[in-house]
Amino acid sequence: MRPVFVNVGERTNVTGSAKFRKLVVDGDYTAALAVARQQVEAGAQVIDVNMDEGLLDSKLAMVTFLNLMAAEPDIARVPVMIDSSKWEVIEAGLKCVQGKAIVNSISMKEGEDAFRHHARLCLRYGAAVVVMAFDEQGQADTARRKIEICERAYRILVDEVGFPPEDIIFDPNIFAVATGIEEHDNYAVDFIEATRAIKQQLPYARVSGGVSNVSFSFRGNEPVRRAIHSVFLYHAINAGMDMGIVNAGDLPVYDDIPAELREAVEDVILNRKPKAGGSQTERLVDLAPKYKGDGTVAKVADQAWRGGTVQERLTHALVNGITEFIDADTEEARLQAVRPLHVIEGPLMDGMNVVGDLFGSGKMFLPQVVKSARVMKQAVAWLMPFMEAVKDGQPRNAAGRILMATVKGDVHDIGKNIVGVVLQCNNYEVIDLGVMVPADRILDEAKAHNVDIVGLSGLITPSLDEMVFVAAEMERRGFDIPLLIGGATTSKTHTAVKIEPAYRRGSTTYVLDASRAVGVVSGLLSEERPRLEAETRTEYIRVREQFARGQEAKNRTPITRARANAHPVNWAEQPPVKPSFIGLRAVEGDLADLARHIDWTPFFASWELVGRYPAILEDDIVGEAASDLFRDAQAMLKQIVEEKWFTAKGVVGFWPAQAVGDDIAVFADEARDAELARFHTLRQQMDKTGGKANLALSDFVAPAGKAADWIGAFAVTAGHGETEIAAKFKAAGDDYNAILSAALADRLAEAFAESLHRQVRTQLWGYAPDEPFDIDALIAEKYQGIRPAPGYPAQPDHTEKATLFKLLDAESHTGMALTESFAMSPPASVSGLYFAHPQAHYFGVGKIDRDQVADYAARKGWALATAERWLAPILAYDPMAKAREAAA
Amino acid sequence: MTRQDRIALLHQAAKERILILDGSWGVMFQREGLSEEDFRGDRFKDHNVHLKGNNDILCLTRPDLVQKLHEAYFAAGADISETNTFSATWIAQEDYACESAVRDINFEGARLARAAADRFTAAEPDKPRFVAGSIGPLNKMLSMSSDVNDPGARSVTFDQVYDAYREQARALHEGGIDLFLIETITDTLNCKACIKAIMDLEDEGYEPLPIWISGTITDRSGRTLSGQTSEAFWNSVKHARPFAVGFNCALGADLMRPHIAEMSRVADTLVAAYPNAGLPNAMGQYDEQPHETACHLEEWAASGLVNILGGCCGTTPEHIRHVAEAVKGKTPRPIPERARAMRLAGLEPFELA
Repeated sequence: MRPVFVNVGERTNVTGSAKFRKLVVDGDYTAALAVARQQVEAGAQVIDVNMDEGLLDSKLAMVTFLNLMAAEPDIARVPVMIDSSKWEVIEAGLKCVQGKAIVNSISMKEGEDAFRHHARLCLRYGAAVVVMAFDEQGQADTARRKIEICERAYRILVDEVGFPPEDIIFDPNIFAVATGIEEHDNYAVDFIEATRAIKQQLPYARVSGGVSNVSFSFRGNEPVRRAIHSVFLYHAINAGMDMGIVNAGDLPVYDDIPAELREAVEDVILNRKPKAGGSQTERLVDLAPKYKGDGTVAKVADQAWRGGTVQERLTHALVNGITEFIDADTEEARLQAVRPLHVIEGPLMDGMNVVGDLFGSGKMFLPQVVKSARVMKQAVAWLMPFMEAVKDGQPRNAAGRILMATVKGDVHDIGKNIVGVVLQCNNYEVIDLGVMVPADRILDEAKAHNVDIVGLSGLITPSLDEMVFVAAEMERRGFDIPLLIGGATTSKTHTAVKIEPAYRRGSTTYVLDASRAVGVVSGLLSEERPRLEAETRTEYIRVREQFARGQEAKNRTPITRARANAHPVNWAEQPPVKPSFIGLRAVEGDLADLARHIDWTPFFASWELVGRYPAILEDDIVGEAASDLFRDAQAMLKQIVEEKWFTAKGVVGFWPAQAVGDDIAVFADEARDAELARFHTLRQQMDKTGGKANLALSDFVAPAGKAADWIGAFAVTAGHGETEIAAKFKAAGDDYNAILSAALADRLAEAFAESLHRQVRTQLWGYAPDEPFDIDALIAEKYQGIRPAPGYPAQPDHTEKATLFKLLDAESHTGMALTESFAMSPPASVSGLYFAHPQAHYFGVGKIDRDQVADYAARKGWALATAERWLAPILAYDPMAKAREAAA
Repeated sequence: MTRQDRIALLHQAAKERILILDGSWGVMFQREGLSEEDFRGDRFKDHNVHLKGNNDILCLTRPDLVQKLHEAYFAAGADISETNTFSATWIAQEDYACESAVRDINFEGARLARAAADRFTAAEPDKPRFVAGSIGPLNKMLSMSSDVNDPGARSVTFDQVYDAYREQARALHEGGIDLFLIETITDTLNCKACIKAIMDLEDEGYEPLPIWISGTITDRSGRTLSGQTSEAFWNSVKHARPFAVGFNCALGADLMRPHIAEMSRVADTLVAAYPNAGLPNAMGQYDEQPHETACHLEEWAASGLVNILGGCCGTTPEHIRHVAEAVKGKTPRPIPERARAMRLAGLEPFELA
């Protein structure tokens, strides 16, 4: 069995890291925390925290740092080693950790009584202990003394104190070797022998040590020091050493140390006379300068792949997303190829096929694939000038050409970009027209580029209609190529019921997510196309029939009856609370603060990595991909904050308001006579049983005469700068960072909305001043009051955003704008209404019937057909049925 | 019978059968429709803060009611009843300005439960009854920031929490409880302060009593409020050498099951569970019926997951009666033997095998 070695992170130790010491002395705990985080991310299984520094109040620094660490779940997930030579610092630390920590260290330095006392306290605080081989006479140096002291300590702990032996770790003192003093020559051997004896004679006890001491005499020559650490650990671990305070990620693999150096180091560690004569110390001292500065020793293992063939190197770089050597490797491949184009069609595509296979078989995940695409693009960029020089202008032999666009009125493109990248990885040429693309331009470009497939994307519900329009235009203009539909609000049902019937000449296929895109596209561009299209057609007929049956089955309650069954609120018992101010207030978001309050779970979902954060980072299947993505996201987030990539702006307002039927009248002031705006709401019409109400948002605002009530509204964005940044990355061929930046802007906007809502609840409206702070509760929406947005289930009508924006004067306060489909721009924006009542809650309006649609149209001053168009996704009936019947 | 005799009986009984804890106290007090005057009694009639809702004070002002509830639960088949002292620490009682009554609440609470248990034991010597001293969480947490803008801020110190628990534990001990029940633990560091306070009582000459530690998994994330997984929680409290460990509150039996199953796997001591009667409905009330709770818990018993069962929020003597009957005769979970290993914890467990 291979011995298991626990790597204790040493970077949060002021005695071991000058950088950390400086941060703590300067009081820069934010940066100090980042050091801890890096260690955990780099694989430290336990974090050693040491604040023993003359300039510091060590006790205070220990308490401050441990309390801050407790608030960082990604750091606090690992156990802490509380490291100090002062008991009072250790005890203060023990009072800060909820987990089971390791105390480093206690010893018999001050006699057995103090040792017993400290051990009992560790037992009652619940901690494992490191026991130094140290007694009244001093630190043990020889193997005999080390073993003797450890044995005495073990008997006291186990037999007298009742300490569990498995919670004892001995540190038999690692001292520097090769100091030139002969008595020091055997120190490493002493440690290794003591380790072996302790492991044999003291059941369940463990052995640890501070490894860097051993190489102290080679200060300034890091490669040699690392080699010494590696060789020392190799022997100590074989003797039974279980853990060490060491930067293990930095060590060369024993077998990779150059033989000459390794042998010299081994002679020093094992106190052997060199074969060549002389002393082992002199030999290593002579050899050391040769290896000084050769920093690559440490990287030998990592770079092994560099020894492969060009093809192997290109494949490795593509699979692992490494751009470092791609130019040189591509150049090497070019020199071997007849034409530069052959490099793309040959070795690069072969490498991408490996990526495609790994992705297809679930061994790679989207973020990794997008990184592969970045490598591919850089390689292609390297070849471009050569291709132009040899007039290699003929179109490369792509598997097919796909045009993609987010339809008019919609600005969301993260999903579309991901699909584009995945297709490119599979050798499809992608023409991406971007966002807000009108139908005629989509079709003009499709014709001009003679594309094989058109793909449409959209996120908001009005885009569904726009897609139907594009489909109808394709029919009218005589297209017959396949049309693909994707995006968050699209569905197979909508595609089958609305889009596909509009485009009879060609085929329409709904694509659930990026991972399906390649399968669908390759099928439609193969000989299988007729069979696949027929299958889809048959399936969609079935979907339409099912949908029609569902329509009949769902009984709607007449709107008059639904209104009579509105949500009852006893306004006298739970009276509305007056906001702290009336009118508008502009707000700014602090990116650093927002970054800390991001809800990460949806971020992973946008990359098709499914799972709850932080558990997803540990997931057996996607954990690695998620962790890599998360690390990249954190790094970019840091840049976003430090370099102020985005600005977060918002506006919030409160006004007197009263419900008027299913509408909400908003007034300029407490006189409540000048109506500023009117929000229209929609009421559920499903059959309700068991005393449940037919809800509308207006139920949560008091009608005039019942109580004076108020309403709030907000619009926030974190997206100023988003489009430019993403475009910059894209222009550099870096889709990965383009998508990442957009996804982070989205999360920041959501965090902004959440944090503003909290401020509203506790201060600005102030109806819940004592609300406890708990980020999980916030995400779980366990608080009083709601912030529904137009276009979401509680009010599916996007056009209400116009009223909202006007009331908030959102354009001038925040620079946000609405498209003709009422999508918000910049894309990373959130808006909505605030309802404060304790009984206000989220719900879905569901399907509504013709009676309410007619009523709603009248209230909004619309023709019935206009209402039916905007409300199309939630109609419980087919507005065209009569016309169709008449035509048939 | 001395306390050590009773503790020996408790250990014996746990080997033989699944023990039954009582159910919710809050819902039972609510049903009494108590007034501010009930809470005040004579002793606090001029108290300058409202006392309605301070259920623990009823140990002093309505002892008849507290006694009645202990009896109702023992009569329903509970082996163990908890003292009515869930919030009886000076930190929790600050809200009611009742810090100075803390010792009396715990002492009287323990005596009331003791008397009720002894009456039932005398009547049914084959089924001895036991008293668990209830020690609840605090409204202040040691691992969580008290200030949005300062993640390092804490509204209370370890020493204060320790001091509050030590006062409570001492009074419960003197009042005659058989074991300590540290329950509804939302923050393991608070719990560790309590464990140390209890262990330190030995230095004052108090005989050691069994400790039962019951954490709370707050939602489907499967973590305590302070962020630990089940196994990390166990690793963090194991040094108390608890008589029993498990979970209570926050979840109903269906959602609690995976966490109890996990605890059952890792804990080499008795495993105890007392879930809520389902999740509360929109009005904050619990709808799960006694036979439904019993049906879940019967399955746990049949699957060998548990040694002690009972009820938390929303459960009543009727629930306990159904549970007791459902698990009667079922074999208690055998305590697994785990290989010795260094087991540490942050928010997640760490094992050096």
